[in-house]
Amino acid sequence: MYNYLDFEKPVQDLEGKILELKKLSESGEAVDVGDEIARLEKRVQEALREIYRALTPWQKVQVARHADRPHCLDYVKSLFTDFTPLAGDRKFGEDAAIVGGFARFRGEPVAVIGQEKGSDTKSRLKHNFGSVRPEGYRKAVRIMELADRFKVPMISLVDTAGAYPGIGAEERGQAEAIARSTSACLALSVPTMSVVIGEGGSGGAIAIATANRVYMLEHSVYSVISPEGAASILWRDTTRSKEAATNMKITAQDLLDLKIIDGIIPEPIGGAQRAPDTVVKATGDLIARTLGEFAQSNADFREHRREKYLAMGRSL
Amino acid sequence: MNWITNFVRPRINSMLGRRDIPENLWIKDPDSGEMVFHKDLESNQWVIPSSGHHMKISAKERLKFFFDNGEYEALENPKVVLDPLKFRDEKRYTDRLKEAKAKTQLEDAILSATGTIEGLPIVATVQDFAFMGGSLGMAAGEAIVKAFETALARKRPMVLFAASGGARMQEGILSLMQLPRTTVGVDRLKEAGLPYIVVLTNPTTGGVTASYAMLGDVHIAEPGALIGFAGPRVIEQTIREKLPDGFQRAEYLMEHGMVDMVVSRLEMKSTVARLLKILLKTPLPQEAAEPEILPPVPVAPETRPHV
Repeated sequence: MYNYLDFEKPVQDLEGKILELKKLSESGEAVDVGDEIARLEKRVQEALREIYRALTPWQKVQVARHADRPHCLDYVKSLFTDFTPLAGDRKFGEDAAIVGGFARFRGEPVAVIGQEKGSDTKSRLKHNFGSVRPEGYRKAVRIMELADRFKVPMISLVDTAGAYPGIGAEERGQAEAIARSTSACLALSVPTMSVVIGEGGSGGAIAIATANRVYMLEHSVYSVISPEGAASILWRDTTRSKEAATNMKITAQDLLDLKIIDGIIPEPIGGAQRAPDTVVKATGDLIARTLGEFAQSNADFREHRREKYLAMGRSL
Repeated sequence: MNWITNFVRPRINSMLGRRDIPENLWIKDPDSGEMVFHKDLESNQWVIPSSGHHMKISAKERLKFFFDNGEYEALENPKVVLDPLKFRDEKRYTDRLKEAKAKTQLEDAILSATGTIEGLPIVATVQDFAFMGGSLGMAAGEAIVKAFETALARKRPMVLFAASGGARMQEGILSLMQLPRTTVGVDRLKEAGLPYIVVLTNPTTGGVTASYAMLGDVHIAEPGALIGFAGPRVIEQTIREKLPDGFQRAEYLMEHGMVDMVVSRLEMKSTVARLLKILLKTPLPQEAAEPEILPPVPVAPETRPHV
């Protein structure tokens, strides 16, 4: 059963009708519903195109959080071979909210890190819904340092509501872990790229999203605080999240205008959740192109990254 | 609610230690409830003499107490685009900025300066909580980057006093980008072999702790300061549990290995100067040829008092 978002009601109605017709046809009560189904399917596509062309920022937040959207491990499984995940921060524990390790991308060795939200109750709990604890960031730093030592480019896939706010996380230095991870991203001599595939939630995201190239999927969001958090602080009223989402400029299109990101990966009509394979492939093609450009370049990637971030906001 | 709470208290809060304070003000110690004469508080760096409670202090006063003879050269903060998102909540962001400027006489939440402490030249950056909760936006980020660049260019150590509720929401993603931007400043200073001391003051939370405030070579916290990534309210809402006593306070962070020491504001300058001089291998002052006081004669072990 597909999870419809509240603004997808027209689509839900149409697809409901299609389902009914198909049932009738199967039970032999109706003949020749093919034309009608084709007509309805066309209308579904039109409705989706119409809705998705003009998504509001708050609707994009809902799309970015959609349960059926491909998550980090979906990309890893489809795009990489020989993926060898590493575990543990060598200090305290293993945090499955960050998955990462070494792999081959179209034959070439790479390091890959990402936040995994999980896709069912069991895996969501295992990955803590993609909310990373200090151990996760410290594991990320380990992987980054290995990538640097063995001179392989790094790819990060960002999808988190934010770093985990808990007693243990605070006691073990959540802030310090994020700060060190961002610093590690900045320090790498190898080229790095990052793709925001769903939610780019604040410090929890920037800790692995600081890269030479940063891309976002068309309907992903990236923000300093969740719209709910902003509404709670600004108005003490979380029902005003919609307004906060709009005011904060959190969409891929906004971030491209503000020169924070380098490009946008288009999503299929109806969002990544409707055609995961298509969006995963588009992401793969972009990774291939970017790694190709990195390989051609003899830039000082660390210096490039530093200057890129220092330049942000200076020419708005 | 009365005249005191509606009028006098906000005025005191907004002008803590600044000019035009009436002569007869008394301030209440939040710990003991004791009333303290404001002049006594001011001369004691806003540390309540009897309880040791550290009150908030303005950036300007902080620098005045920290630098030798209260003398320093303020660094001009770089100009940035104001209100890049045209943000509006109950008020326009530009109006909030104007109010904060009028209230604090600062350009933004950061005041940086060069000067000497116990003769040692340093660069110091202070975050003023009175300016929109010390929040980190483009102006503050750019001022911090400039302070690090100044320290690097003049080959001076950097001392940063953090006080902030975190990122400035009204600048959205541009505020978040101050995390990597300021980190570049920290990293370049460290690469040049110059020390970077962070003094964590009450409160330091959010994106500020998740970047430059937790990347110091040495972390010093003021007593009782609230320091953490997520705010206590957010954590309580997430885990639906009461938080332990003293959670996210300076002493708690020291116990958990996140700060090196908890130091009174009154001892801050001498502590930082002593440490920096060791790290920078500053020679000790020449000893007098003939010491006026003779060194103590070692006492035989059996006559030592038991301790």
